[in-house]
Parts: sequence; C-alpha cells; structure tokens
Amino acid sequence: MSGYDLSGLKASFSGKRVIGPMSLKVNPGDKIGLVGKSGAGKSTLIRLIHERVNRDSSLIPQDLGLVNALSVFHNVFMGQLDKHATWYNTVTLARPFAKDRAEVNTLLQSLGMTEKLWTPAASLSGGQRQRVAIARALYRNAAVLLADEPVSALDGPMANSVMTLLRTRFSTSIIALHDVDLALNYCTRIVGIHDGQVALDQPSAALTSSDIMSLY
Amino acid sequence: MFSSPTVRTSLIFLAIALAGLLFADIAITASNPWRDLGNFFLGMVTPNFFSSEGLMTALLRTVAFAFVGVALGGAAGFLLALVYRSLPVRMFCAFVRAIHELFWALIFLQFFGFHPLTGVLAIAIPYAGIFAKVYSEILEEADPEPGRVLPPGTSNITAFLYTRIPDCWVKMRTYTAYRLECGLRSSAILGFVGLPTLGFYLEASFSQGLYSDAGAMLILFYVLIATMPLWVRPRLLPVYILAAPFFLGEGLPIVWGNVQRFFTEDIVPAPLRNGEGLEGLTPWLTDLMVNEAMPGIWNTIVLTQIALVATGIISLLAFPLISNHFGGPIRRNAGHVVLVIARSTPEYILAYILLQLWGPSMLPAIVALALHNGGIIGHLIGRQTSSTKLRADAATGFNRYSWELVPRVYRSFLAFLFYRWEIIMRETAILGILGIYTLGFYVDSAIQNIRFDRAMVLILVTALLNIGVDTLGRYIRRKLALQTMPTC
Repeated sequence: MSGYDLSGLKASFSGKRVIGPMSLKVNPGDKIGLVGKSGAGKSTLIRLIHERVNRDSSLIPQDLGLVNALSVFHNVFMGQLDKHATWYNTVTLARPFAKDRAEVNTLLQSLGMTEKLWTPAASLSGGQRQRVAIARALYRNAAVLLADEPVSALDGPMANSVMTLLRTRFSTSIIALHDVDLALNYCTRIVGIHDGQVALDQPSAALTSSDIMSLY
Repeated sequence: MFSSPTVRTSLIFLAIALAGLLFADIAITASNPWRDLGNFFLGMVTPNFFSSEGLMTALLRTVAFAFVGVALGGAAGFLLALVYRSLPVRMFCAFVRAIHELFWALIFLQFFGFHPLTGVLAIAIPYAGIFAKVYSEILEEADPEPGRVLPPGTSNITAFLYTRIPDCWVKMRTYTAYRLECGLRSSAILGFVGLPTLGFYLEASFSQGLYSDAGAMLILFYVLIATMPLWVRPRLLPVYILAAPFFLGEGLPIVWGNVQRFFTEDIVPAPLRNGEGLEGLTPWLTDLMVNEAMPGIWNTIVLTQIALVATGIISLLAFPLISNHFGGPIRRNAGHVVLVIARSTPEYILAYILLQLWGPSMLPAIVALALHNGGIIGHLIGRQTSSTKLRADAATGFNRYSWELVPRVYRSFLAFLFYRWEIIMRETAILGILGIYTLGFYVDSAIQNIRFDRAMVLILVTALLNIGVDTLGRYIRRKLALQTMPTC
C-alpha cells in the first residue's frame, strides 16, 4: 500500500467545530498512536479516517459494533462478509462451514476465548466483547488497522499480548489510546491531539511519557 | 393539579363523553333482561361440550383461518416494511388497516362468496398493513453501528441478514405472537358473517337459546387462547402453517362471473351505471352523505367517545386486581382470570351477547368496548405497577392507590388509551352490523339491499374517519409527550 495523505480533515457537532481543519500523512508501515485527553476528538478522527479510506480498513470502534443476538463466531465472521456470495453468508448464518469454523477458532485461540465460540455476544463480559471486536478486525485482515481504545476493558497482561498481536498482524495502524505507556511501547509514531488539532507528531523513540503528559 | 396538561386533557375528554351521553341512545329494552342474563350465566357454568359435532370443527377452522391469515399478512407486511419509507406504501398500509376485518369479509363475500379465500384475505389484508407499520418501526430501532463496521462490498441482503434481523428478531417474534392471538379473535368473529368459524356456531346456539352450547364454545375459546404458550412452539410453527390451508374447509366454489360483475357493475355508482353521467352523481352523493354517512359518523363518534372514557374508567378500576400492591395471591390470581376473560373475548362477541340479553341500544356496545379494552389496558398498567418499588412506609389501601400508584402510571395509562382510540373507533363502526346506528349499520344495510356502490363509499368514509382519529391520537400523544410501545 502507498500510505495516505489525509488533508482537510474536519468535523462539527451541532455547529461546533470538534476537529480540524487538519492534515495527517500516513506512511506505509507507520504505527500511529493517537493520544490526547478525552473529548479532544480522537474518536471523531478515527471515524473521519475510516470514511476517508472508503471504509477499507479493519475497524475497532469504541462501542465495538457487535450484533448482540449473534454468536461470537458470527460476529467474527462478519469481518469477511464481502469475500463470499450472499447464499454462502446466508447458509453460514444457519450452519457455518467447517473451514470457517476452524479459522475463527484458531483466531480466538490467540485471544484466549475459544470456549465461547457459540455464546451470543449479549451474554459476554466487557473484556470478552472487546476481544470479539478485535478478532473481527483481525479476521477482516485489511491493509490498515483503525482502532479506538481497543484494549480499554482488558487487564494488563492481556492488554499487552493483544497489542503485540495487533502490531505483528497489521503493518500500518492508527490506534487511539489513553494509556500513554502502551502508546509509547507499541507505536512507532505518536500523534497528540488537542482541541481538534495536531499538537504533537514525533517518532515514539524520541519521546518520554512526560513529553506527552503536557497534552493533558 | 388542574393545570397539568394530562389532567386537563382527561377532563376535556370526560366532558365530551358526558355531553355525548345526552345524545346517546342508552336503554335496556328487553322485557326481562336479568332473567336472560341469569340464563346465560347458568349456561356458562353448565357448559355442554357434546351437543353438536360442529363445535370441534368450528374450533379447528377458527385456528386454521387465523394461521393462514396471519402468516400471509405477516409475510406481506414484512416485505412492505422494507419499502415503508415510500409515502405511497405508507398511505396504502394506513388505508388497508383502517378497514376492519369484517368489512373486508363483507366485501369479499360479494364476489368470492363462501370460499375460504374470503376469510383468509379478510384477515391477511388489514394485518399486512399493521405488520408493515410495526415491523418497520422495529427495524428502524435496530443498532446502526454493526452496519458501519461491515467491510465495503458486502451485499445488501447479507448486511440486512447479519446486522438488522438478529437485532430485531426477539421483538418481531413477540409482536407476531401477539398478533396471532388477535388473529384468533378476528377469525372467531368472521363466523358472524357466515364463515365456518366459532362466531357462526355461537350465533346459531344463541338464536335457539342453547346457552350451555354457547358457554362451552366460549370456554373452549378462552382455553385455546390461554394455552397458546403451550401449543404455539417455534418448532411446531412451520407444521401449523403448512397444515392450516388444508383445514379451511371446502366452502363454495368461486364464480368468476361474480368477480367480474362486482368490479365492472356493482361498485360503479348507480348514476354512472345508468348513464346519468356526472350530473346524476351529485344528488346521489348528497343523498348518501346526508341520509347515511352523516348520521353514521355522528353516532360512531358519540359512541366512540363514551366508550373511550368508559374504557379509561374500567382500566383504572381494574388494574389493582392484578397489582401486587394490593391483596394476597389468591385475590390476584382471581383478578388475572377476570382480566384474561375480559380481554380474550372479542368486543364483537361481548356486544352480541349483551345485545341479545338487553335488547338494541348503544349500551351493550359501550359495555362491551369498555370491558374488552379496559381489560387490556388494566392488565398492562397493573403489570407496570407490580414492578414499581414503593418506599417501605408508603401509604396503604386507597391512599396507596390514589397517591402512589395512579400518579405514577397515569401517563402510560393515557398513552395506551389514546393508542387504542383508533381501535375503539374501528370496532364501534363495525358493531353497527349488530343493529346499532353506527357506520357499520349503514354499510350492512346497503349490502343487504344489494347497493354495493353505496356500501363502498360508506366503507371509504369509515376508513377516512379512522385515519383521522389515528392522526389526532398521535398528535395528542406527541403533544403530551406520551410514549407507547406497539404491542398493546
């Protein structure tokens, strides 16, 4: 992929400008950590970028976008609905094919929740729901990952292993994180957002957490 | 208290109903109403299940017509719900559901005759309009977020099946089950116009004074409805739906010449048919409006407004029967039985029975409408109060009723009442067939006199009146910010 040159990013809510106008150049291989205090516009920016790349990305929105009545398997399978014919998807809804079952199962193994394959999403805990959304993004396997606080409901070790997984599986990613240390450890570039503008854009190697704290 | 908009609205409606009482024809004209009522209750407690072999067939036909009608209506309604955004579709649905099942049956009888199709379509058509509206509301409430996350290039059908249907499934299933219960009631009353369902046998037993036979029929009908959760099972549904068309009975064959004549001659206004042209149409229409439509509309409105307020009063009196804030479990269970009977008996059957006992006037219709609709709203409000937690030292008895509970539930009570306003008016119009001078009376007389052109105009007037009241009810609910769910 050739990276993105995103310019003129802007958004308003009920007449009040919350983002931009701002520009962001994303190079292939960039692993961008979006930081900034809550309300700075990180979530809105993730949504804007998602629209800009014509939704051709693996997306983990903050409210996850799970279908509560469907099982974990089906929620993950939704990541590849575009790859199959309508009849195939319809049959899968009633009775999944063995090949897909195995694939999704392997994926869930890496997230430590195989035993929940047929549980409806509605009866999962917050952390489990988040991992289902992550599994869906992994299964989608797009060229770029857009994630909004993907590990906010996971405990420390699980959060680290999921971030490692995301780092290895996606060469390019833009992840909004409120945890500054996670951002420094797992991202190659830190973009700080303040009042809907880029207030900081540095390689993470050149930063310490105290540099970032000035944004808060 | 009198400055609150909900109280003011209630008082205005109460005043209208009291004024209506001055004009309403309310009387008991039967020579010995209490003896007849006593005989009827005697029949209810000494039911005769074995008198006629027709009883079981009637029950089977009632269930079969309900299943086929509701299944067809549900399928058509679902498809219409997908295109419900389009204004012509919305208007079409509003129009077909504004015409009562019995009116549809009367229309189809004229050209399909006593063919099973008449009963099936009489249920399926208005139900399709209702299903379309409610299904589209349910689908609109589905969470839009999962749809946004889908990969681009996902087909519309796939997206619909994965993100909309699962989210709406439970609500749609609950509503469809509720409609099936309504379908059983509709199917039963279709017997009153001659289809082979319960109403037909009920009318026959009554006219011969066989109260024990009638009692058996009513009891079986209550049992049928009360046991629905036991015999309507998701796994059995496909079996029922596939089998039902084979149990509709033979009926009489359709004479296609009648169908053609109905559309090309019968419903063409008389002046046009007789070549008098448009000049003849004005006096014809004026005569129809002044002598039939206007009195019909007036009586329908008067009766509706009285019945609406009576329904409200019955609801408020009835909800403590099942509320767990009053009395012990025995009294509450008895209350449940009373309310189940009140709401399972179709208004039409109640009105028919009371009319036989008390003689013709508006009174049987008012009592029937108030008992049936009051039973429904009382049940919903009672259930709502049971989930209300009061502080431990809250007042008891009548003070608890008037200070703690009624103020809490009054808004949803009004919401349900205004929601049912249109339903009460639909029923009021149809009760005219029993001989009360509402619009249904004039429709029925026009049909008896083989003047289908006049009947069609009067049915059209009835539909427009219903749409008007529905719109007014929605306006008042919005104005008072009253929320209601579709299942009531």
